[in-house]
Amino acid sequence: MSEAVLKAPLVLEYPFTRTTGPVVGAFLTGLREQVVLGVRRSDGTVMCPPLEYDPADASPLDELVEVAPTGKVVTWTWNGTPRDQQPFDRPFAWAMIRLDGADTTMLHAVLVDGPEQMATGMRVAIQWREEREGHIRDIAGFVPADNAGPEDSAASTSGLATVNAAEPVQSVRTPIRIEYDYTPGAGLSAYLRAIKDKRILGDKCPVSGQVFVPPRGVSPVAGVRTTDLVELPDTGYIESFNITRVPIRGRDDLHPPYCSAWIVLDGASVGFIGLVSGVDADDVRIGMRVKAHWKPDDELEMSATNILWWEPTGEPDVPITDYEHVGRTDADTAGEAS
Amino acid sequence: MRDIAVVAFTQRQEASIPHESEVEFMVPLMDEAKKTVGLTQQDMGFTCSGSSDFLAGQAFSFVMTIDGTGPVPPISESHVEMDGAWALYEAWVKLQIGDIDTAFVYSYGRSSPGSLRDVLATQMDPYYVAPLWPDAFAVEALRARLLLESGKVDERRLAEIASRSRTHAVDNPHAVRRTPKSVDDILAEPFAADPLRPSDLPASADGGAVLILAAGDRARELCDRPVWIRGIDHRIDAHSLGVRDLTRVESAEIAAHHAGVADDRIDFAELHAPFTTSEALLVDALGLGGDTVINPSGGALAAHTMMASGLIRIGEAATRIADGQGDRAVAHASSGPCLQQNLVCVLEGE
Repeated sequence: MSEAVLKAPLVLEYPFTRTTGPVVGAFLTGLREQVVLGVRRSDGTVMCPPLEYDPADASPLDELVEVAPTGKVVTWTWNGTPRDQQPFDRPFAWAMIRLDGADTTMLHAVLVDGPEQMATGMRVAIQWREEREGHIRDIAGFVPADNAGPEDSAASTSGLATVNAAEPVQSVRTPIRIEYDYTPGAGLSAYLRAIKDKRILGDKCPVSGQVFVPPRGVSPVAGVRTTDLVELPDTGYIESFNITRVPIRGRDDLHPPYCSAWIVLDGASVGFIGLVSGVDADDVRIGMRVKAHWKPDDELEMSATNILWWEPTGEPDVPITDYEHVGRTDADTAGEAS
Repeated sequence: MRDIAVVAFTQRQEASIPHESEVEFMVPLMDEAKKTVGLTQQDMGFTCSGSSDFLAGQAFSFVMTIDGTGPVPPISESHVEMDGAWALYEAWVKLQIGDIDTAFVYSYGRSSPGSLRDVLATQMDPYYVAPLWPDAFAVEALRARLLLESGKVDERRLAEIASRSRTHAVDNPHAVRRTPKSVDDILAEPFAADPLRPSDLPASADGGAVLILAAGDRARELCDRPVWIRGIDHRIDAHSLGVRDLTRVESAEIAAHHAGVADDRIDFAELHAPFTTSEALLVDALGLGGDTVINPSGGALAAHTMMASGLIRIGEAATRIADGQGDRAVAHASSGPCLQQNLVCVLEGE
């Protein structure tokens, strides 16, 4: 392992929008209106934040009750180095908070200057975000509130009416974003290093003799590590293809109609997908011989995108008479006799 | 009920495995396990795996890893987005049905490409908690303060657990945190997630494990000392942390009861306890006495391979019984924040 590990930033993002239903939706509507709602459980206690079922006996719950925007810290921990996407970008405490009028706790942030200002049992109050949309982060966080009133102070009862009269929240945006340092493994690393020099590598199954491209370091049929990398030419044929006649959002570089094809390189046992250009889409045929069209040399990188498209060579088509065996080598079919 | 035994186990855990993809590092483990009992993939009645694509951000990594089994001609196969212990459970159920005699189980996790403690925020409630991105250490720290302030444990007890894990791990080549440290030195560590110290937290690892199950006489043919699964059960607590009593682990208590932990003495226990607080709670929940050796491998504190740590606990316990280091053991796996879900498995030697 003398060569350095290849690494590339990889960001995973999901733009989730979730439907909320009548109970979670009412809670989030309340936050937008600066009202906190819980739900009464089967045993008469109040759960906040509310769920539409009782976690103890699964009975459906729908009796919403207002709880106070104040409460007490049941447990806490100090977060000295806030991480991306957390409620505050300066150090803060995480806490489980039992709001006055509720019997369960909620997890949220408490904004204080240091851990010495935190204590179990301390009174806190919600700090509302200026602009609210019906989201758990309408609560910017909690702040200490010695003057927040006694625990048993009755919550207002007008809040429920406010929520009932308001436009209900029916969905909530909860995007997630996770960053990685992607490392491709041994087989793909060899492939990526070679393709920077316009060389295409595959790996050869030591059991069946089949050649797989791109190489994965493992034979997907025999379940063994592959040891022999083989260099393949940048020529092959079209095993199958598709003509796309509608545009794709985010790919302005593709002008319909365009052709995506399954390309089998000379000497390979499997194909991979590639664009076909330099020919009218209507003239593309199964069996057509093609050659890679590479990026200019000064733009080459460790990426399969170095091949911009595949274009016809003008050679006679590969004759395909036995469609059961398209794309399969002698090594593939040899095993079938046994 | 059919008698089902563990007949082979292999594992690999390292602080990070940057040079190999998941399937590349799993293939040698799969081969080694199969060779131990002289079986090929085509001899396996069923194959079940556990992993999560979120760890490395590699979409469909579990599909590529199936390539490593040698799945041609097509095999009977399933996957769970859970620790491999639950893949083992599915295989055990399949064996109980009675039409197969062997099953191949594996799981793996490579969390080093991402930040595991942040990735784990995505398993929290998606409406109320995940949008705040509480990291996994902070969430356990909230439980830890509850335990300390309720008097259920004290800091010294947690430090003793951490110190013992390190001592046990010295002899475990698969452990990644294996330098001994005294209780007093651990207590002198500054907080990592107040009130948890670095030694209270799991030593994250990349890796995987492979385990082969066989039924009845088939198990006796395949190895000298089959390790029988005498009881296995798994239960789950509520998802919302705010409705749970975090000073106990009710789902583990029930699973231990149904698995029959208390029916006889337990020589040792392999507990999937990522935190010292987890172990303190689990020892109580499983009703383990002072004569039971806890985590002879060092446990998940010494090497925590997400998605494989639970299966590794079962494999570690089975290997020790097969080697004659004990006759009856309990292995435990967990999943979710604050030990939300728990699997308990009682193992006995032939």
